[in-house]
Amino acid sequence: MEALILTIIATSIPLLLAAAGELIAEKSGVLNLGVEGMMLSGAVGALGAVLWLENPYYGIVAGALSGVLMASIFSVFTINFMTNQVATGLGLTIFATGLTGLAGAPLVGKTIPSLPKIEIFLLSDIPLIGSILFKQDFVAYLSIAIIVFISFFLKYSKSGIILRAVGDDHQSAHSVGYPVKKIRWYATCFGGMCAGIGGAYIPLVLTPHWSEGMTAGRGWIALALVVFASWIPWRIIVGALIFGGITIAQLVGQARGWPIPSQLLSMMPYIATIIALTMISGRLSKNNSVVPSSLGKPFFGNQ
Amino acid sequence: MIKFYMRIFSLITLSISVLFFVISSAFAGSPTKVGFVYLTTPGDHGWTYAHELGKQMVEKRFGKDVKVSVVENVPEGPDATRVIRELAKQGNEIIFTTSFGYMEPTLKVAKEFPNVKFEHITGYKRSKNVATGNIRFYEGRYIQGVVAGLMTKTNKIGYIGAYPIAEVIMGINAFAQGLKSVNKDASISVIWANTWYDPVKEADAAKVHIAEGADVLAQHTDSPAMLQIAEKNGAMGFGQSTDMSAFAPKAQLFASINNWGPYYIKKIEELRSGKWNTGDGPNHWPGNVWGGLKSDMLVISKFQNMPANVAQKAQKALDGLKSGKINIFAGPLIDNTGKEIIPAGKALDDGALWGMNYYLQGVNGKVPG
Repeated sequence: MEALILTIIATSIPLLLAAAGELIAEKSGVLNLGVEGMMLSGAVGALGAVLWLENPYYGIVAGALSGVLMASIFSVFTINFMTNQVATGLGLTIFATGLTGLAGAPLVGKTIPSLPKIEIFLLSDIPLIGSILFKQDFVAYLSIAIIVFISFFLKYSKSGIILRAVGDDHQSAHSVGYPVKKIRWYATCFGGMCAGIGGAYIPLVLTPHWSEGMTAGRGWIALALVVFASWIPWRIIVGALIFGGITIAQLVGQARGWPIPSQLLSMMPYIATIIALTMISGRLSKNNSVVPSSLGKPFFGNQ
Repeated sequence: MIKFYMRIFSLITLSISVLFFVISSAFAGSPTKVGFVYLTTPGDHGWTYAHELGKQMVEKRFGKDVKVSVVENVPEGPDATRVIRELAKQGNEIIFTTSFGYMEPTLKVAKEFPNVKFEHITGYKRSKNVATGNIRFYEGRYIQGVVAGLMTKTNKIGYIGAYPIAEVIMGINAFAQGLKSVNKDASISVIWANTWYDPVKEADAAKVHIAEGADVLAQHTDSPAMLQIAEKNGAMGFGQSTDMSAFAPKAQLFASINNWGPYYIKKIEELRSGKWNTGDGPNHWPGNVWGGLKSDMLVISKFQNMPANVAQKAQKALDGLKSGKINIFAGPLIDNTGKEIIPAGKALDDGALWGMNYYLQGVNGKVPG
């Protein structure tokens, strides 16, 4: 049981990180569909760095930087040149798939040391809970810290409220004097950083090698998770664990011969997302919006 | 007047190109142009990588006598038709299309270019200029079963399959036959990944198998993720398509390696000597050529991480399959619900293998769908 719970947590972490980053970007009004591409860059960057510097912790930094690099490309186009965000985001993923394939070609067939587990003094000795909560790797702790940080940031900090204002009505925010483009740049790059670390987690912990397109669609699930969480940070943890839990449950079901078709279980997270979407649009009609109103709209001002 | 000049001009260009052609063919001895279509890139370190190694053997063997063009990352469907047609237009004389889903596109283009030879890998439809080739992957699985049966302590074997199609199911059943020949108490549980390639999902499936008590793992998916998980958790497993010992030096017992090179070389040689043909294999199984261990299309890597007596028995199974002494699907065969598939004294033929939609004894659960 313990091993299964640990597997669920491990498989959820890349989703959680990427979704947390995307949430901030979307809250500022930027819909970045390039999450999959940013995750791939994070994965290849992390693996390259660890092979070069031989320390898995540099992999986290390299993953974050690669993600930010991809996010900057996206920002230049969508924020400065005001291109369509959906098309640019899709383009970014296609571009990153090719680029990482090229950059990763010399890394094929190499393997790296995994990120070590950090045991928290005494707490890790508690049976079951100890090994699940207090015997994780650095990125697992970091991902929870990021969720806590963005919850407080969005709700209580001035900068967080400004960011939401930019995402809700960029014209008004602009006329009050907030630098809309700058704020969106920061938010998108934060999203890139989180997606990069999420991608880096795959070679650093889950499967320590590089193979092309190894994120295999997790970036898209992260995008769905943001909607599922209806842009509320703590719900991302719940959502990621549900997604992860169902993924593992359908594998366990098969191994144990449960009479449920595995395809049905694989469908569940997406059904949940559609239900969440329906509920949100239901709430929208009551004029109590959770969706950032300027989401996906380019800002044509000059700042 | 302009018309006249244009005529002169085109005449000159024509004669120059003819001259070039004559000279180049006289000096270069006209290399045979060979085309390859890959589903992914050699970076998958599995299926396509094995084809890439085959292509490299072709280049090494023929040197300047062949000119090879490769198109990577070609999705199965309309895109494939375009790519194959383009390769044919460029003057390739023989084109290898290396994935099952290229079957219809290959046939379609073959009709348009009757003078070009096509080799479709793992398909079952042929025409005048389309031949097919496949490997008896399941033979390697039998040896895997033998080794797994001798190595397991928990008597639980974890198997990760891609899709429940005949090709994968016959592999599972061959594994079960090998397992049964040495260990009657062990059983196989199967997890379907519903994908050929998703390293994280393959890793998750491996973790679940181990958590459920399996200590020997086998896979019919493409990435080395399963072996890496086995390595981390002290379990054992088998490499797929290529030697994966670099990923799991302590966990890989051996790998079944797809060896396409000799097949490619043989077919290109046949083409160059004018003897290329589509053979006359029966229509119900993929491949005029369906070669295995005997014809070296399937190669078994070094037996490692196992005691000498296990390696000996594995070698015996390998020799038995090569000499034909062992027939994996010889009767009596009973499926895992107790139904007799074939009585003693008879054996399944190739056609029956491609119709497999049941598990033999030793496999848990039932085939989905």
